[in-house]
Amino acid sequence: MITFEDVWKTYDGQTKPALRNVNVQIDKGEFVFLVGQSGSGKSTFLRLILREYRPTRGAIYVAGKDLGKLHQWKVPALRRQIGTVFQDFRLLPGKTVHENVAFALQVIGRPTSEIKQLVPETLEMVGLTGKGGRLPEELSGGEQQRVAIARAFVNRPKILIADEPTGNLDPATSVGIMKLLDRINRSDTTVIIATHDSTIVDQMRRRVIQLEGGDVVRDQIKGVYGTA
Amino acid sequence: MRHTFRETWSGLRRNLSMTIAVIVTMWVSLTLFGAGLMTMQQVDLIKDKWYDKIEISVFLCVEDLGGGNCDAGQDATQAQKDLVRTTLEANPEVEKVYYETKEQAYEEFRKVYKDSALLETVTQDQMQDSYRVKLKDPKNYQGVVEEAQTLPGVQAVQDLHTILDPVFNWLNALKWATLGMSALLLLAAALQIGNTIRMAAFARRRELGIMRLVGASNSYIMLPFLLESLVAGVVGAALACGTLAAGMYFIIVRNAQVSIKALRWIDWSHAGIAMAGVAGVGVALAIIPTLFATRKYLRV
Repeated sequence: MITFEDVWKTYDGQTKPALRNVNVQIDKGEFVFLVGQSGSGKSTFLRLILREYRPTRGAIYVAGKDLGKLHQWKVPALRRQIGTVFQDFRLLPGKTVHENVAFALQVIGRPTSEIKQLVPETLEMVGLTGKGGRLPEELSGGEQQRVAIARAFVNRPKILIADEPTGNLDPATSVGIMKLLDRINRSDTTVIIATHDSTIVDQMRRRVIQLEGGDVVRDQIKGVYGTA
Repeated sequence: MRHTFRETWSGLRRNLSMTIAVIVTMWVSLTLFGAGLMTMQQVDLIKDKWYDKIEISVFLCVEDLGGGNCDAGQDATQAQKDLVRTTLEANPEVEKVYYETKEQAYEEFRKVYKDSALLETVTQDQMQDSYRVKLKDPKNYQGVVEEAQTLPGVQAVQDLHTILDPVFNWLNALKWATLGMSALLLLAAALQIGNTIRMAAFARRRELGIMRLVGASNSYIMLPFLLESLVAGVVGAALACGTLAAGMYFIIVRNAQVSIKALRWIDWSHAGIAMAGVAGVGVALAIIPTLFATRKYLRV
């Protein structure tokens, strides 16, 4: 599903690479934690998958597409296959929960009938039944993140990327979010989570890829957060 | 599609004061631009009429008028006239030589000054026979003028350039001043549109970010902004065209064409060309700054 081949990434105006010679393969339906300190290259890794940047060297394949050769105007089509969730939720404050989720379908031109069916279905799945009419500010942090997950998943992407999804949440709420992401994973969606929340990584016991200063220092099946 | 129109409408409403400012700037600058185009065509029409028809007039001596190479109190003799004609025709720069009798000259004069008091003071006998010389290249008039001036029986040589050049210099200056000012105003309008759209895009940067993230196409993201500036551009251009049409009707059709018949005035087809130019520039002026202003928000 996702392949990094000898990938280097150096940002413009910097000498130290953000990623160094990364070789990673993530298969369809996998659940992967990306761990490491701030500045270790986690976000760069995710942004390369989204084709927000091109690698300086090496090749990246996502959903069968060579991103280095992907035409600029085909990037939207790639993004439709990838759902993305952020630490700060990034909901639209003026829109209701329902509208926030529907927005993701509207702007890619999905028909209204489909939106009417998919949005309530997805809201139910993330556990927000009956809250479609609320505004984001009326919800708790955990609920807001569920809205964000619903928005990322409503188009049924093949890949779900989450950048520190529990970074703003308390431990109990974080567990709920992780369970939700786990459930999405079981519907055959590849899930990649960048985090430095050691508790959830240790609890879930899934594949862990650890980055340090741009290098992959560990790639372990059923890993834990620490190097133990 | 519904989303696009809704966003366009809400964008226009949100920036109402800016939209009005843009429309007014567009209106004034495009009107000036169109007026420049019309002036240009008018100047060309007058130029064509005066420069192309007859380039040089060689006036022959008459009894009442002395000076030049005339024998005082005598008309130019037939021999002198023939010599003038053959000399002119032999000149390689000359394309054609017409002979205009004083009767013809008087007729023409009466036509031009039909309503003028000047007509009363001039008699047919004060008119002169003349040779009207058409040149192969209107620019090379100097040699022919100099040659004609030396011939006997020639009272005076008048080349229209000496008379008309200062007039056309002024008209040209006017034309370029109008176009130059309109260019400045158009630049201001373009920058204003760019800024308005940049502000609108900035106000909606969250939405734009999410649109990009979930894979909305660039055209989908940009369309509301394009339509927004296009509405301002088209309204501004329409107002400018209306102003030009009114100017054309009240200044040219109702006044100039009626009172000064001797000149050829621009007609509606010329005004149409100016309006097409205005419309084209108006649309380009709306679209190009918008493409630049939204580029930052569309970069994937």
